Formats: sequence, structure tokens, C-alpha cells
Amino acid sequence: MGRVLLLVAAIGIAGCMEVEQANSGRQSGQSVKRDTPAWNSEPLANGPTWKQGDRGSWEEQIKKRQLVQNESVRIGN
Amino acid sequence: MARMKFLCDAERCIECNGCVTACKNENEVPWGVNRRRVVTINDGVIGAEKSISVACMHCSDAPCMAVCPVDCFYRTDDGVVLHDKDLCIGCGYCFYACPFGAPQFPQAGAFGLRGKMDKCTFCAGGPEADRSEAEFKKYGRNRLSEGKLPACAEMCSTKALLGGDGDVISDIYRERVARRGNKGAEAWGWGSAYGQPPKAATSAPAGGKS
Repeated sequence: MGRVLLLVAAIGIAGCMEVEQANSGRQSGQSVKRDTPAWNSEPLANGPTWKQGDRGSWEEQIKKRQLVQNESVRIGN
Repeated sequence: MARMKFLCDAERCIECNGCVTACKNENEVPWGVNRRRVVTINDGVIGAEKSISVACMHCSDAPCMAVCPVDCFYRTDDGVVLHDKDLCIGCGYCFYACPFGAPQFPQAGAFGLRGKMDKCTFCAGGPEADRSEAEFKKYGRNRLSEGKLPACAEMCSTKALLGGDGDVISDIYRERVARRGNKGAEAWGWGSAYGQPPKAATSAPAGGKS
């Protein structure tokens, strides 16, 4: 009886502990997936605009957005 | 070439936790994980109380990246430090290495079992396809691919938290410090994250112990 309880407890604990560790789509030996640069995305409608794939135009528009954080320029002080 | 960084102005932060809320909401961060938090010192002491908003600073020489045993960290072309949750084993080394306490670990099972590390992504998502459901689920929203800055910085009501290209935000900060008479010139965390400017060589004191 004791052995059965021990076995049930061991199985129960094992069930609690394991979480999914699968590497979705990763080949063995492959390094970190290559991330797509932000400027390669298509600009959203009604959002900031830049030429898709052009880093310079993306940086230019995001710089304008950064400068909005400077309220002394924004409110013309 | 933009190098994305954060800068928090302790003279302006009013501990409203707007940045924390913006981050939680934008990225649907689960309960128990705080990608951003506000730290206050000398709480209640008049004139000495200072608050600062802290998250991953996307360090120039990131210690988390150096210690990760499975090498799951990477840096994007615009200087944002991200990680691949498919590779992370939740060991916690990055937590011990990080000077800002940025890496967070959700509880993933019984007996305090840790899940995969979660941290601020500078609202740049992760290695999954940009703006995909998989990316949002694992890393949150990818605002950089929408041409926007991190939600925390854009939501900051006093503009204490600045986010963006290091050159641009440091210029904003420098101008601000000059306007208020050099008060709060020390940008907390900036040196730890992005390095100190080289100091002028000083001669060693004579007669010291060898």
C-alpha cells in the first residue's frame, strides 16, 4: 500500500513540474533566430510613415518622435 | 545609426507609475512579472525623496548576454537587447548578472518552478515574425516596427522617462539640466548601462600601499 502511494505521489509531482520546452521550428545547432529589422515592416495606416525597408527614412521619422519628448521645443518655449 | 537607450530624470519622476501601467497594458504582461517598476529612495523625507523608473536598460555591453549559458540573447541593429524564449531555460543567471534587476521569471509550476525569462523589449517584440500573434504572446507588442517608441516613455506625463536614440535623448537631457541650473546632472544608471566617458589621467597618490 505504501509503495503504491509513493508511486502515485511521484507521478503526481512529475506532472506538476514539467512545462513545455519545445523549440518551435528550431533546427539543432541553429543559433538565435534572425530578427527582422523594424524598418522592414509595412507602416500602419494612420500611423507614422516611412519607406518600407529604408532604414534612413525609418530613423528620420522615429527621431521626430523622440524630439516630441523635449517639451521645451514642442511647446516653443 | 540609432542606438536605443532609456534615460530617467530623477528630478522629474513623480512616482505615478504611469510607465509601469503603460508597459503592463501594452504588452499584456502577466501577473507577477514587472518589466518596469518605479524605485523610490528616502521615501517621505522632504527634499531628499527621489524616484526613478527602472527596466532593462539595453546595455551597451550587456552582462546578461555574457552569462547566458544557452546564448539566447541577441542585439538588434538598433541596439535593443532581446532574447529568444524558445532557447531560454529559465536558469536565472541573467537575473544575478543584471545591475538593474530587469530579468523577471514567471512562476511556471509547483514548488516555485521558474518559467522562461521575461524582460523589457523596448517595445521591439522578439525573434518571431514582426507583429505576429506568436510574437505578441511571447514578447508583447512591437511598437518599433510601427514606427513608435516604447509605451512607457511615450506615456510619461512629466517626460521624466526618455526613450530613444542615445544621442537624441542625451541632448534633450543636457538641455533640460542646463535650463534648471545643473540640477540632477547625474543620469542614474546611464554609466552602468552605457559606460562612463574616459576620465583624464590622474597621477597616483604618492606613498600608498603597494
